[in-house]
Amino acid sequence: MKTLKEARVGETVKVKKLHGKGAIKRRIMDMGITKGVDIYIRKVAPLGDPIEVTVRNYELSLRKDDADLIEIE
Amino acid sequence: MNIRVALAGNPNSGKTTLFNTLTGSNQFVGNWPGVTVERKTGKLRKHDDVEIVDLPGIYSLSPYTLEEVVARKFLIDEKPEVILNIIDGTNIERNLYLTTQLLELGIPLVLAINMADIVEKNGDIIKLEDLEKELNCPIVEISALKGSGIDEVTNKAIKLANLNQKPNKIFSQDINNILKDFENYLTDIPENEKYWYSIKLFERDEEVLKKLNLNQNQIDEIEEKLSALEDEYDDDTESIITDQRYDFIGKVLNNTYKKQNKGELTLSDKIDRVVTNRWLALPIFALVMFCVYFISVTTVGSWCTDFVNDGVFGDGFFFFGTGREAYEIALEDYDLAQTGIEAFDVAAQDQGLDPASAKTLVTSADLYDEEGNVEEIIPVTYQDYIDYLKVEEPDPSNYGLFIPGVPVLLQNWLESVHCAQWLQSLILDGIVAGVGAVLGFVPQIFVLFFLLAFLESCGYMARVAFVMDRIFRKFGLSGKSFIPMLIGTGCGVPGIMASRTIENERDRRMTIITTTFIPCSAKLPIIALIAGALLGGAWWVAPSAYLIGAFAIVTSGIILKKTKMFAGNPAPFVMELPAYHWPTLSTLFHSMWERGWSFIKKAGTIILLATILIWFLSNFGFENGHFGLVDMDNSILAGIGSLFSFIFIPLGWGTWQATVATITGLIAKENVVGTFGVLFGGFDEVSENGWQIWSNMQAFFTPISAFSFLIFNLLCAPCFAAIGAIRREMNSAKWTWFAIIYQCVFAYIISFIIYQIGSWFFGTGNVIGTIVALILLGLFVYLLFRSESREKPIENKIDLEIG
Ligand SMILES: Nc1nc2c(ncn2[C@@H]2O[C@H](COP(=O)(O)OP(=O)(O)OP(=O)(O)O)[C@@H](O)[C@H]2O)c(=O)[nH]1
Ligand SMILES: [Mg+2]
Repeated sequence: MKTLKEARVGETVKVKKLHGKGAIKRRIMDMGITKGVDIYIRKVAPLGDPIEVTVRNYELSLRKDDADLIEIE
Repeated sequence: MNIRVALAGNPNSGKTTLFNTLTGSNQFVGNWPGVTVERKTGKLRKHDDVEIVDLPGIYSLSPYTLEEVVARKFLIDEKPEVILNIIDGTNIERNLYLTTQLLELGIPLVLAINMADIVEKNGDIIKLEDLEKELNCPIVEISALKGSGIDEVTNKAIKLANLNQKPNKIFSQDINNILKDFENYLTDIPENEKYWYSIKLFERDEEVLKKLNLNQNQIDEIEEKLSALEDEYDDDTESIITDQRYDFIGKVLNNTYKKQNKGELTLSDKIDRVVTNRWLALPIFALVMFCVYFISVTTVGSWCTDFVNDGVFGDGFFFFGTGREAYEIALEDYDLAQTGIEAFDVAAQDQGLDPASAKTLVTSADLYDEEGNVEEIIPVTYQDYIDYLKVEEPDPSNYGLFIPGVPVLLQNWLESVHCAQWLQSLILDGIVAGVGAVLGFVPQIFVLFFLLAFLESCGYMARVAFVMDRIFRKFGLSGKSFIPMLIGTGCGVPGIMASRTIENERDRRMTIITTTFIPCSAKLPIIALIAGALLGGAWWVAPSAYLIGAFAIVTSGIILKKTKMFAGNPAPFVMELPAYHWPTLSTLFHSMWERGWSFIKKAGTIILLATILIWFLSNFGFENGHFGLVDMDNSILAGIGSLFSFIFIPLGWGTWQATVATITGLIAKENVVGTFGVLFGGFDEVSENGWQIWSNMQAFFTPISAFSFLIFNLLCAPCFAAIGAIRREMNSAKWTWFAIIYQCVFAYIISFIIYQIGSWFFGTGNVIGTIVALILLGLFVYLLFRSESREKPIENKIDLEIG
């Protein structure tokens, strides 16, 4: 299983499934990361975490721990 | 008939800008009950019967984040007559997600697509009529900033109020069937709200389930249907709903929206490339922080504050500074003359001469600099003495347009009407000093808030969190906590107020509690006094104060994070990074004024009352059998000091003088030095580091007890002004008390451990005390390293009762 955490900067990936539950999962989905959406990985913060991605035409940052809940194709 | 219009939308969609345009100055800022989320209401211009409520910026109506719960509660329980949903036209897709939820509430809704000016410039095309049909609500394109479309949107909203708008049904057929079916359980719910409640049942929304009070049978039936569906979709129902909302939006926008110039880098993208660049991000961050600090603390802020404190609420000031230099030179001459006269008087007295006729006497006078070092020794002859006597104290009004300070004017007036001594003292030393203390912070706070507003609205603040998150989240703090702490090295009051930019309530509380551990500039004189008087001016004292402050923040963060009060997982850090843009001046001034004013109102009262109380305690007492104005030695405060000094015996400084100094430090930390000046030397005024009383203090302190005193005063409850700021930002008496008590207990324990264990190095160790200190140390280490409390699982919804 590959997750968003492992995706490299500059890649565009498609979301396959979301793991986790409750508040965290809902929050990630509320921000537009749902099944089938394309995510472009823009950059990693200077200290290595969090990461910045483009999804649904806007910029979103999320921690690697949370990115690990997002399974990609 | 009163109409309440709820302004709802994503963060950064322009709600506040629209709100300001709609209400003008007619607004009231407060907090939602029990929480620190801001609540703003105002009357629509020229419509006294239309009230606008600015809801917190939210992405969804989930039951999980504080802002969303607050907004949801308002919409469901208080049922505004109409919702004005404002969305960012440059980011339609995600913004419409909230719209799909708002459309189900059974409250009529008007959709305002904001930032029309940018949309037009970008050349994006939105087919309004088609979108209206798909969403089933009126839509207006507006620009909150440029003011276009505003009248149209308000008219539509007012017209729509109280009408019945059919909820927009967007889910797939199988789900619609289940929702229809669930409405059978909702016999008590009004017709137009049934749809929303059925969705909440579908999502297993805990809050709604609790409210509906279904019986076990019904719950089982619902559960059965949901589980079957979940198996079919291989996902939980909450996620199915969310998925379908975005699917719906995607389909609708396919037909109604065209975005231009895809793929090309925008200016914002280019800026971001530099600002959050791997190598440049930290240097740029440091530079921005330096500028904020330099402007708000070192230069503009402190000029303004000094002007208010020493000018308006001090002796007075020269109009535009003209004549000040000449006056200062004259004042220096006068001081020199006074020193010479005093030296000559003393020398004459020693030899039993009358100075007025001691023609042959020659002596010398020591001139000291600010730090108490002898700068120069000048000879004083009889002729000098006579000359010195002729030097008159300069009158500032002879040197330029001098405007006396408020206390001077007031004192002259009070004396001219023969006001009673105690009343004069109350007015001047109590009330005016208290008001001055409040207003003294105001300029600095305004400057700071202006800068913060700039950083926030240009989009940099979100990047601060992005860059610093990695470090601060380990201590239960937010990446944005850096700014309060940096500002806190200048002054804790604006530091605490700067925590306003942290959205997450838990992070904000933690930041507020720990910010004043960092030594502020008012604590520097205490450091200088203790270092000079008892530690031989050792170089390491000041750095150690900062180190211990940082240590206190880090350990407190870790310890508190693991307690029940702060337990649970930190809010998921899934944060939008808004595009950079240039904010307008009026937005900045508005934000600055609003926050500054709320400081004056909320914190001001506490500061004023506390200052008056301490004034009373330190000026009144029993002397010769009757109650009245007394010196500090005989005041009630001295009595309180003796009564409670025993508390500080284990810290090595259980004297009433040290206790009183600690209490007066609550007015302003630099007062500790002044109080020692009075109590140990009988000086009305001592220099900043109090060198005049260094030798007197050595009888009362040992080096280690002095260090313990220093640490306690650095870490314990901050001054009243900062406490007022804490009260303002916590918006809860309970949390304010928690913060103060935590700080005092923490300070006590650290000082205790330092004193008891440190005493051994001076050969004065106490066995029992040391054992207790070691136990406390063990406990401290345990609290630091124990595993995190798992009492509150992640799914728990927000508890609105706190506070
Ligand atoms: N160009 C343009 N900018 C706008 C418009 N409306 C708002 N803005 C800008 O967008 C930024 C965000 O606006 P705010 O009014 O603070 O947004 P908000 O919805 O109150 O944001 P939160 O308080 O964070 O929820 C500000 O810098 C505004 O100047 C508009 O119509 N056109
Ligand atoms: Mg706002």
